[in-house]
Amino acid sequence: MNLVVNNTSLFLAAMLVLVALAISLWQKLGLDKDIIIGVVRAVIQLFIVGYLLKYIFRVNNFWLTTAMILFIIFNAAWNAQKRGAGIAHALPISFLAIFVSTAVTLGVLVLAGAIKFIPSQMIPISGMIASNSMVAIGLAYRSLNSQFHDQRQGVLERLALGAGLMDASIAIVREAIRTGMSPTIDSAKTVGLVSLPGMMSGLIFAGVDPVRAIKYQIMVTFMLLSATSLGSIIACYLAYRNFYNEQKQLK
Amino acid sequence: MSALMTLANVNYQVGDNLILKDINLGVPAGAHYTITGPSGSGKSTLLRLMAAMISKTSGDLVFDGQPIESYDPIMYRRAVSYCFQQPTLFGATVADNLAFPYQIRKQAMDTEHVTAALEYVGLSAKMLTQKIEDLSGGERQRVALIRNILFLPKILLLDEVTAGLDTANKDIIHQWLRHLNQDRHVTTIMITHDTTEIDAADQLLRVVEGHLEVGA
Repeated sequence: MNLVVNNTSLFLAAMLVLVALAISLWQKLGLDKDIIIGVVRAVIQLFIVGYLLKYIFRVNNFWLTTAMILFIIFNAAWNAQKRGAGIAHALPISFLAIFVSTAVTLGVLVLAGAIKFIPSQMIPISGMIASNSMVAIGLAYRSLNSQFHDQRQGVLERLALGAGLMDASIAIVREAIRTGMSPTIDSAKTVGLVSLPGMMSGLIFAGVDPVRAIKYQIMVTFMLLSATSLGSIIACYLAYRNFYNEQKQLK
Repeated sequence: MSALMTLANVNYQVGDNLILKDINLGVPAGAHYTITGPSGSGKSTLLRLMAAMISKTSGDLVFDGQPIESYDPIMYRRAVSYCFQQPTLFGATVADNLAFPYQIRKQAMDTEHVTAALEYVGLSAKMLTQKIEDLSGGERQRVALIRNILFLPKILLLDEVTAGLDTANKDIIHQWLRHLNQDRHVTTIMITHDTTEIDAADQLLRVVEGHLEVGA
């Protein structure tokens, strides 16, 4: 292992925060308070998570690992629903979408033998899956909201012709799913060319052979495609009905 | 003759704003009603209410002997079809639009029937592949109207469908509506500001400040 971060070097690296603070003060950006709060929160949260993960990894208990994964999924759902302002039941929809996308993707990875059901593998991978699914669902919600607003007339006309809610909404739903999935597809196209992604960087940093590290990154690329597509489709198909009332009229 | 549609003491309110006030109307099967009135008086709201695009606040709306609440809104809208003023066309081509009524009924497009409808209003089968952005205003309106009648509704609600069209296009649509009403027995209710259409009306209704005046 060639990881050499110790408390002194971390403290010295904190000087970098001063760069951001100096820019904020010099340019009168008014971000100094946010920067300090952000840094303090990041340090506290990461220390808590670090100790918590150390405990969970040591205990290596099935139920504790599952509870931690559910906690991650709930937090992801909570954040995704914030993008779904105006969409009724956005929290349970987001939870279900992220839960299914995480469970299916993790299930395939475990059954394929790519990862083991041990907390040190399940928890970080769950976090990656849930956070990407969360971003995809957030984008899909935003797309649903803006399209149902911008294309209101087209939806009304389809309804007036006797279309069911799915027929009246399908173009919007498909576009929203596409919007949710696009960032993952775009990053799959440029992976390794524009940036060395987190998983691969982390392994290389820890001294793993890059050729071995890319195999994990390929796995991550596959799992994120699965997670974002499942998350987007489930969330969109459950959410679009909320744009209509019980009389099948556009709200 | 019993009415195909009856509105009794119908009110429509948004917040504190009473838009339609105590509307009473019986529409016999096969009737051709013309509705006029100042802008903002509630004419379009009345038609949208009849089309189940919005719901009345109070009163009774009975269609074909049954209260509107007893129908599935989707099936109801296939029987009481509403055509918008300045309609939006879907997809890329005319065919995308005319396939839509079949698509929502899980049927393949009947090209022969569609072609006959196009030809009846002076358009040709070649137009099916035409891009919607290349259509003139009159062509757009005719394509939109065909969408409403490929499966004949019992009532056709028309919201200023000839507004902004030239005389030639208006004549085509008038003749077609007359055919639908007289030969195909489709009950039609049309909103208009056009003096020629008002003069030619069989039954004229006026909506003024949310009140309906019959035979005015």
